[in-house]
Amino acid sequence: MILGIDTSLGSAVAVVEPDGVVRSQVESTDPRGHAEVIGVLIQQALAEASVTAADITHVAAGMGPGPFTGLRVGIAAARTFALGRGIPVVPVVSHDAVALELLLHDALTGGLDGEDEPFAVVTDARRREFAYSVYGGLDDDGLPIRIAEPALAPRDDLDAVLIRDGILRRDADRVPGAILALCAARALAADRVIGPADALYLRSPDVTLPGAPKRVGI
Amino acid sequence: MNRSEPLILGIETSCDETGIGIVRGRTLLSNTIASSMDEHARYGGVVPEVAARAHLEALEPAIQAALAESGVALSDIDAVAVTSGPGLAGALMVGVGAAKALAVSLDRPLYAVNHLVGHIAADILDLDTPASRALDPAEDKGGAPLEYPTVALLVSGGHTSLLLVRDLTSDVVLLGETMDDAAGEAFDKVARLLGLPYPGGPEIDRAAASGDPDAIRFPRGLSRQSDMAGHRYDFSFSGLKTAVARWVEQREAAGGPIPVADVAASFREAVVDVLVTKALAACRDHGVPRLLLGGGVIANRRLRDVALERAAAEGVTVRIPPLSLCTDNGAMIAALAAELVMSGRPPSTLEFGADSTLPVTEIQVAEAVA
Ligand SMILES: [Zn+2]
Repeated sequence: MILGIDTSLGSAVAVVEPDGVVRSQVESTDPRGHAEVIGVLIQQALAEASVTAADITHVAAGMGPGPFTGLRVGIAAARTFALGRGIPVVPVVSHDAVALELLLHDALTGGLDGEDEPFAVVTDARRREFAYSVYGGLDDDGLPIRIAEPALAPRDDLDAVLIRDGILRRDADRVPGAILALCAARALAADRVIGPADALYLRSPDVTLPGAPKRVGI
Repeated sequence: MNRSEPLILGIETSCDETGIGIVRGRTLLSNTIASSMDEHARYGGVVPEVAARAHLEALEPAIQAALAESGVALSDIDAVAVTSGPGLAGALMVGVGAAKALAVSLDRPLYAVNHLVGHIAADILDLDTPASRALDPAEDKGGAPLEYPTVALLVSGGHTSLLLVRDLTSDVVLLGETMDDAAGEAFDKVARLLGLPYPGGPEIDRAAASGDPDAIRFPRGLSRQSDMAGHRYDFSFSGLKTAVARWVEQREAAGGPIPVADVAASFREAVVDVLVTKALAACRDHGVPRLLLGGGVIANRRLRDVALERAAAEGVTVRIPPLSLCTDNGAMIAALAAELVMSGRPPSTLEFGADSTLPVTEIQVAEAVA
């Protein structure tokens, strides 16, 4: 049983069986307040799935990209939940969950023609920037094929970049916790590592090296 | 849960130290600290985002290290404790998220507590046990129960607060605090002014060793008669910092060399004087012959010496926790939670967040209705 936790946009928690059956999915769409809701969401996800913490075998952690203050809350929670049970964390690129959901949806509805047509998952990165990752179809393990790793682009420039490369733009304002856990389930089944060990901040901390101390004037 | 001697794991991430502490009742079992101080050195002060990133990386290894040191398994823990505030919001959130998930994962209660009150709780931890003797070579082994009421002066790079403690778990009042920089920040800024590295406290101390504390009379912030009505117990260090800067600039303009030792000693004396004067005024005003010192700046020898000397002259007894428990740490958070458990208080609900300006009157956050 896999517990999925993602706080790269809102806060999403889900419990999914190894074969992909979704047992529960709860979320808060508040783009802030991750630390407030994370504990209750985990509790709710377990309760709605009718499982206890002891039934969880893996924790899928959404590693971003996402605004870092919130993103860290989910990663910290995933790590300590796993530590508490002595089980592994399975890191997942948060955009992968969005991409897999879109691909599954398209497959069901016959949505897009040519399933390998590249598309970009685009999310808010604040500070007038978008975070985006480019995908093209599913691989043999049922995981989305990431053609371009997560990156940042100024809001005004992204469309030009995507059009130039013939990439369809698909905006997301939430990360589906259950699909995040499903990504982890498929990665585990295929014995693959699909996410980075560390948070995908994509941005250095905002700091300026101090110059000489400011003169106060005599 | 064992309510007479609860085994508590405390998580502290309010500033630049990732602190994990494990206590059993009042006995310290582990005080594990991972500091990101070195990462802030080149910036001359704590950079919140750098601190928060470091917490995320340090948390799990620090918990593992604390468990190993104390020989405790997570499954033995009676409750998890965490700092809810005050502190840097982004840094606090890492600890809050981690603590909640750990509590749910272990199916144990969670106590969300006040960082400042934690500094006071540090002083009731007993280090004089076989388990903890090896952890700290301090002479003061702590462990004596607190006598109430007591005045507490908490001084660090993040806060400068004067508190009246009537009961550690239920009645703490803020008498005064800094209106601008924390005392530790003032040390950092003046150190930079003098071309000394970060963190400033130990550097100023070193420089001051050969200096004359009376060489330059720097201003004592908020100590004029006119300040005493509204800000009797409040502190201000930004004027002092500016005065030091002005003095140094004037000396430079006059072409003279900067007597770094004298400037450092005189600056330190101004800080120490105002801290001790106001703390003892609080003792006098409230008829409380007890003063507890806490926070990282207490490591400053001159501050301790002056406080001990002047307190003794006024018949005030001074308590100072072992220095390893003065800097921010998780053991003090666990210690405070242990007191709450032992006094029968219910745990916190999971519905709380990081509160960067948590008032000191909120000793425990989001306490469940019993
Ligand atoms: Zn502190």
